[in-house]
Parts: sequence; structure tokens; C-alpha cells
Amino acid sequence: MADLSKMTIAGARDALRKGDVSATELTDTFLGEIEGAGALGAFVHHTPDIARAQAAEADKRIQAGDAPSMCGIPLGIKDLFCTKGVPSQAASKILEGFKPEYESTVTSKLFDAGAVMLGKLNMDEFAMGSSNETSTYGNAVNPWKKADGAELTPGGSSGGSASAVAAGLCLGATGTDTGGSIRQPAAFVGITGLKPTYGRVSRWGIVAFASSLDQAGPMARTVRDNAIMLQAMAGHDAKDSTSADLAVPDFEAALTGDIKGKVIGIPKEYRMDGMPEEIEKLWADGTAMLKDAGAEIRDISLPHTKYALPAYYVIAPAEASSNLARYDGVRFGHRAKLDQGDGIVEMYEKTRAEGFGAEVQRRVMVGTYVLSAGFYDAYYNRARRVRALIKKDFDDVFAAGVDAILTPATPSSAFELGKEFDDPVQMYLNDVFTVTVNLAGLPGISVPAGLDKDGLPLGLQLIGRPWEEGDLLNTAYALEQAAAFEAWPTKWW
Amino acid sequence: MAIDKETAAKVAKLARIKVEDDALPALADEFSAIMGFIEQLGEVDVEGVEPMVSVTPMRLKRREDVVTDGDQPEAVLKNAPDAREGFFAVPKVVE
Repeated sequence: MADLSKMTIAGARDALRKGDVSATELTDTFLGEIEGAGALGAFVHHTPDIARAQAAEADKRIQAGDAPSMCGIPLGIKDLFCTKGVPSQAASKILEGFKPEYESTVTSKLFDAGAVMLGKLNMDEFAMGSSNETSTYGNAVNPWKKADGAELTPGGSSGGSASAVAAGLCLGATGTDTGGSIRQPAAFVGITGLKPTYGRVSRWGIVAFASSLDQAGPMARTVRDNAIMLQAMAGHDAKDSTSADLAVPDFEAALTGDIKGKVIGIPKEYRMDGMPEEIEKLWADGTAMLKDAGAEIRDISLPHTKYALPAYYVIAPAEASSNLARYDGVRFGHRAKLDQGDGIVEMYEKTRAEGFGAEVQRRVMVGTYVLSAGFYDAYYNRARRVRALIKKDFDDVFAAGVDAILTPATPSSAFELGKEFDDPVQMYLNDVFTVTVNLAGLPGISVPAGLDKDGLPLGLQLIGRPWEEGDLLNTAYALEQAAAFEAWPTKWW
Repeated sequence: MAIDKETAAKVAKLARIKVEDDALPALADEFSAIMGFIEQLGEVDVEGVEPMVSVTPMRLKRREDVVTDGDQPEAVLKNAPDAREGFFAVPKVVE
């Protein structure tokens, strides 16, 4: 067996079933890789005992011939997912010491399918950020580097997930995506990440950021691996009233690679001023690849695109200010030390000032402001109206026969850690191509498509019709085959 | 729209986050920058458009109005910073 850490989920599944490798062997390989990769800051809580026990169990199931696709597959789990008895603190100081008494639906489903948890992964605090620099654990680092050797961001908020998969520390990772937090990091590290349709995957047991936008999804090396992992994660859950009671199709079976006659929309509004030439070229190349594969390319317009980010920065903070009200120092996590005479209000204020980082405080306060008396209508309701228009833009093009939309995944390749951190609005622009998809509740996937002049990965995004992840994955599969991205970062960690 | 120091202080109070007086001017500047970015929404013609309630047209599922869970006070209190005699403990609330 070649390098086990460079396998795909599909390859590992087949090798496990054939008996070429055991889940225990595979798990030990990755635990060893993680041990030597502290410099990446990807894994923040290690769970080797759980991993070995799960692997032993998986080996039994495989031997008994009862092996779902994820059986024995070693994964990393984003710190945003509550995992029973294991620290789950959303990369926030305010949840220090919190060990959930319950298991999130997504991790339950993965574990029921036999998956192995290697540990918890770094992220931006409460998933608020695009560079993994707001984490209480410190930065996660991109395994890719430029020639100058400076450390680059793996993107965010699922930065640890991206870094871990790209560096071969696990075969796949869970991510969550509120404005681009799966797709942007996937693009920055040269892996594939899917945000499913809102409601496809249960949000129960995932620390909430903006409930009308949050959606969990897979991050892995290939489109096929995403299909396999999504299969295990998706499905209706009575504990999440917004999860859709729809049958989950066989996503892997949808991967035929045949996209003849599919209509691919190219939205003119995504051609931004000052967009690097390399991104333009990547986009044009991707368009040509899909055309060569037999798709019809159509120029389309999504006229409200430019208002997506400002609408998002009203709606997401508004929902966050409400969701994060629960961190009050009473029921879980951190409570500030109080001075003589301090009452309950001082306890709330000091606890939240100590427990939340600067970006989280900023968003909670912006959310509080836009929801406050006198501004609710001008900001919050207006943003929700604009959101309805953004969704209608997509509804209209899909109604006109478009099957999927191709855009760049990010406006640049991975940037240097520390470079954009001081300007929140500049940082927000990272999500310019991805945030529309969350506002419209659509599925979107980021596929690695090439390297820039500095040798850093670049990704393309495909956006699909609601509930048609299978069709979207198949288009992504065709793009993946044509782009043939197979580069690995040079190991320096 | 420029946010002044007093507004920043009021918002911090509403959000129950303690902000020291000397940090207020910088906070107000950050709010102003973010609100300036959001102002663009004013350009959009939203006449006759209903604010979005649910991104996927769905009727929330109903279930029987029965108890499905409970009777696990220990698990509920397990993560509390201060729990005593089966209750969450907090500083004095009433003057």
C-alpha cells in the first residue's frame, strides 16, 4: 500500500472492504501524521482513544460484511459540532471547559456509519471570520506556502478542516458554511468542499451562528469523497425543524461525468473590478472545460449580487446577536471573576467582554444595533427584502433553464496571516462570491482548478438548484476531471 | 452613517458587553465603517417586496404536544460554572 495518508475516502473504503488495510492501521497512520503537524494548528483537541475504539469497532463491522461507505474512515470534526464528552467550544474562550452531554446529529450519523473521529478542528471563533485568525486557539496555517516562506491563512471559518485535509491529516472533515466558510477555505488549500441546500443537513447540536444561513457540509479531497460524506451527513431530523423531510438520493451514483446538454450560467455581475487576471483566466478555463464536456454555456445576470454582502452583514450579525445571547456565564463555559457588590448585569457584561473575542463582540453589537428600536425596519427588514430579491435572481435563471452557475470561489488565492486582519470590511470581501448562495439557500461547491503564479491553489465554485446536490456534484465531477488538479503542498511542518 | 461614542456605549450596554470608556472611540469608528458598508442597501428598490422569512418555502413540521425529553437535571447542570443543590447559582438579582 502506498502512502496511506494520501488516499481518498473512496480509495480507503475500497481498500478496507478488500482487506488491504484495516481501520486501525489507517487510524494509527493519521494519528501519527497529526502528531507531527502541530505547526499547522489544525487539530485543537486530540481524541486518539475514541479514534482507536471506533476503528476497532469499524474493523469488526467490515469483517462482518456490514460496512457503510464511511465505515473506518478517519475524520476531523470542526470544533463547532458538539461531541459528547469532548471539548466543543466553537474556538471561543467563552466555551472553555464545555463538554457537551449530547452528540450533534451530524456526528451521530457519521459515527453510526462507522466513521472515526481523530479530534476537533480549529476554526474562527463562532465561525465568524475568513482567515481562522479569530480563534482562541491561535491560527490554523495553510500547508501551502509561497516561495518567500511566509505563513498563509487556510481561510475560514473552517480553516482547521481545510488545513487538515490538505495536509493529509485526515481523509475528510466536517465544515460549516454561513457565508462561504466551507468553500473559501477549500479553495485556499486546494481541496473540495460542499455547502448543501439549506435544510439538507440537520443543524442540531452545531453551535449556532446565523440560523437562517448556517449549513454543515463535507470537506474532502475529491468530488466523489464529498458525495460519499454528504450521503452520511444528510437527512431529515425531527430535532431540527428546518431540516427538510425529503429523501436523500444516492449522491455517488449521480457521478457519471456526463453533462451533455446541461446549461451552465456565467453571471456577469461576478466579474469584479480589480479582479486578478489569474482568477479571470481560471474562470474562463473552467468555462471552456465545461463546454468541451458538452455543456451549453449561457451568459446570465444576477442583478442584486452587489447587495449580497451588505445584506449578509445585517442579517448574520442580527441572528448572531440573538443566538449568542445564551453565553451569559450561567449555564456553561466561562464566568468572569466578580468584584464585591457586582450583580447579575455586571456578571453578564464582564463574562461576555472576557469570553468573546473582538470580531465576535463587533458582530454581536452590530446585530444588536440593527435590531434596536428605530433601526429594525431601516436595516433588518430592508436586508430581508434585499435577500428576497437575491433569491429571486437565482429563481429566475433556474426557471429559464440554467442547471448550474460557474463562478470563481474567491477573489484571490490564500493571503498572508496578519495581512487583512485589521480591516473588518476588507476581510468581509473574501466572501463576495460565496455569500449569495447562503442568502438564497442554494447548494454550492468549490472545486480546485489550478495554481496561481505563486504556486498557490485556486478554486472555482459551482452553484446548483435547490435539493439537486446530485446533479451539482456531477457537474463538479466533470469539472474536476477536466481540471485534473492533483498537486500536494510540499511538507514543511 | 457616523456612530458616535454615546451610541456605541448604548449598544454595548444593550448587548451586555462591558466596554471600557477609552475603547469607545475606536469601537464607534469600527461601527461607522461597517454601517457605512451596509448603507448601500438604501439604493435598492424594495417597494412591494416582502421581507424573507424562510429561504426554502416550507411549513414547519408539527408534532404531538407531548413531553419527549427531560428528567436529567445532572446532565443539564453538568457544565454550569456554579451549580448548587440542583440549581444554577447566580449573583444577587433583586436589590
